[in-house]
Amino acid sequence: MARINSSVELEKARQNILSRRGPNQASVSVCAGTGCLASGASQVIDAFTAEIEKQGLTMAVSTKGTGCPGFCERGPVVVIYPEEICYLQVSPEDVPEIVSKTLKEKKVVDRLLYVDAVTGEKAARESDIPFYKHQVRNLIGNNIKIDPKSIDDYLALGGYSALAKVLSRMLPEQVLEEITKSNLRGRGGGGFPTGRKWAESRNAPGDPKYVIVNADEGDPGAFMDRALLEGNPHSVLEGLIIGAYTIGSHEGYIYVRQEYPLAVENVTIAIRQAEERALLGKNILGSGFDFTIKVHKGAGAFVCGESSALMTALEGRAGEPRPKYIHTAVKGVWDKPSVLNNVETWANVPLIINLGAERFAKYGTERSKGTKIFSLVGKITNTGLVEVPMGITLRDIIFKVGGGIPGGKRFKAVQTGGPSGGCLPEELLDLEVGFDELTRAGSMMGSGGMIVMDEDTCMVDVARYFLEFLTDESCGKCVPCREGIRQMLKTLTNITRGKGKDGDIELLEQLAEVAGEAALCALGRSAPNPFLSTLKYFRTEYEAHIKEKRCPALSCKDLIAFYIDPEKCQACMACVRKCPAEAISGGKNRRHVIDQEKCTKCGTCLQVCPPRFRAVKKISGEPVPPPVSEEARTIVRKSKET
Amino acid sequence: MSELLLTIDGKEVKASEGMTILQSAQRAGIPIPTLCHHEKLEPYGACRICIVELESQGWTKLVVSCLYPVEKNLVVKTRSEKVDRIRRTILELQLAHAPESLPLQALAKEYGADRDRFEKEPSFCILCGLCVRHCTEVKKKNAIAFVDRGTRREISFIPEIASRECWKCKECFSLCPTSYLQAAYFLTKGLAFPSSSSEPASEE
Repeated sequence: MARINSSVELEKARQNILSRRGPNQASVSVCAGTGCLASGASQVIDAFTAEIEKQGLTMAVSTKGTGCPGFCERGPVVVIYPEEICYLQVSPEDVPEIVSKTLKEKKVVDRLLYVDAVTGEKAARESDIPFYKHQVRNLIGNNIKIDPKSIDDYLALGGYSALAKVLSRMLPEQVLEEITKSNLRGRGGGGFPTGRKWAESRNAPGDPKYVIVNADEGDPGAFMDRALLEGNPHSVLEGLIIGAYTIGSHEGYIYVRQEYPLAVENVTIAIRQAEERALLGKNILGSGFDFTIKVHKGAGAFVCGESSALMTALEGRAGEPRPKYIHTAVKGVWDKPSVLNNVETWANVPLIINLGAERFAKYGTERSKGTKIFSLVGKITNTGLVEVPMGITLRDIIFKVGGGIPGGKRFKAVQTGGPSGGCLPEELLDLEVGFDELTRAGSMMGSGGMIVMDEDTCMVDVARYFLEFLTDESCGKCVPCREGIRQMLKTLTNITRGKGKDGDIELLEQLAEVAGEAALCALGRSAPNPFLSTLKYFRTEYEAHIKEKRCPALSCKDLIAFYIDPEKCQACMACVRKCPAEAISGGKNRRHVIDQEKCTKCGTCLQVCPPRFRAVKKISGEPVPPPVSEEARTIVRKSKET
Repeated sequence: MSELLLTIDGKEVKASEGMTILQSAQRAGIPIPTLCHHEKLEPYGACRICIVELESQGWTKLVVSCLYPVEKNLVVKTRSEKVDRIRRTILELQLAHAPESLPLQALAKEYGADRDRFEKEPSFCILCGLCVRHCTEVKKKNAIAFVDRGTRREISFIPEIASRECWKCKECFSLCPTSYLQAAYFLTKGLAFPSSSSEPASEE
């Protein structure tokens, strides 16, 4: 692999790659992100390679496994270039037809296209699909065009041109000014201004200085950083090298959780390829600037996403937060100035250099600029990864991009910011998404988890769930977090089990104050947020659980009961046969009755009761009506009377 | 080290740069409660009982005094309604584990903490880490360590090291604010190295 020794040579190398490929060459991109691989993408890739060879197209068509474009709900995703035809949920059996029809005859295979659920219209091109149409995909848009294991794919799209610009034409001060002017804020959770963090490190005494990528993504349901690092690792490396040049660092680390094997693999390959091309190592692009990157695998602790815990772990010790009344930017790893930014923050850096701060800041609210990637999960039609401009409303993300709530259910709340964030109710759907906007509403941006909940979700149980997660993930060092969360979880569990009592809400509020004010690190201080935000917006649900022993969402098992309305039951035997606990008695022409003692509240009877009868009821907060007498259970059919 | 002036509980206090609020308060004879602090050990900041309030231009901020470095013209309040409330809850949380601990009982009396506020889960240890840190930082033996994390965190002797080192040291015993440490040691000894050859018989 030839070393690239200047920005001129970089452009030459790019032209060289492009000329080998030809502008109109047909190619097949199959998403090889974790989601699509789980739904069989590697078999699809193999099928394409074999079929293309079989039909004699090997010279004319190239196939590649790419990064994740985000539409995980409909994976495996396949895009055919140059027409950009997008096929969804492709299986190996579909491949011969795609090759003969689309690649050979240039016709579209209709049945694999996106179909709009409401209008029934089909969309052939990726950009016509509503899920993509309302996004601004500056960061993940290239994922489907790139084989993450090929530096050539990244170079072909203009990769490393921002680095070349910085090293050949900009002083570190100028880069810093540009980043500061762009108002880029940390995408990992805190939203700290990136320019200010870099300036602090740059001006801090101490040598060496370090730059670090925080890829210890651990929020339940979040996979933004994973998709970036797996799908476009060079964009993160390029940002990191630019950051290193700016603050005067020559050593960088990527702290990535070992639970992300594909991210570890792809970024390790990317580093090696960048080194071979002189984009990393000694004398980068002939500029005289030296910089190396090491990959450090995390050992599976959520708390290591916290900056001081991450740095302690990087030093080879147990990952526990340490007191930081002095910023880690000034005193970080081995007490040296260390800039730690999240994966997505680093990936924004080349973009800002290429676009310029003004064009980057075109999108956004007053104090939150650019785009943000969210992983949209939960009760949502289009589960996946979405990149939207800051300032978009929650309503647009959930209904326009996400396609709304499936199953005709009603929206109830959206949880943003992971375990440290909060739940926002329907009244706030028109809230503009930005760091300060979300914080003011009692939640936070966090790293971009977005969990949508429908009417069947119990908000007390949601708070309990997150606190349970945090009791496992707290490092256990400080008392307000370790003991405070333990007691909060106990109280919340009691409430969801119908053992709540007067004073529980006040007790929870006091424990929340102690953790919020006195815990050692941000994880502990934000741990009460799931409770505080659900209390703020759904207080009546807490009160119903405590005072009436009623779960309004009919979700908490200890507070609900299933009951068969004898007026409606037609003794069809469906529930009797399916009940796994054998808790339903009755027979043909005998009305069915649930034995409440035996019932495990699995809800199977409710599911299988034919819609024309709707005899099974889920109730809460009221006594189960006594079973009808044995005599009244017999159904006398009209047909038999005559 | 240059000297600077700060105010603690309305009293002007002299301190040298690099000191913590706790150190300067102690030097001035102003009491601040601590559970995990020890002058010979690195500041740890785990029990949070030494929390104090800083005042600056009309707003207040809570910090732990064992870690926060003194600054010129800092205004510190070691007691306030909020500080007392937090200390009280911290004590109540700890008393659920070690209701018989004398230092905890003394502080509970001062702050009006209710010993029975939380359901008892007697683990006897309050995880202050004095033993672990003394062994690591002062003795440099690492015979005792924390294991697991979160609510499952506990201290544990490392039998291979403890059987070699502990019988002649036992310095950590006197640091423990509860009786757990000694119990843990004798349990480990009973189970893991009952007849250690390196230990003189007279010790028994």
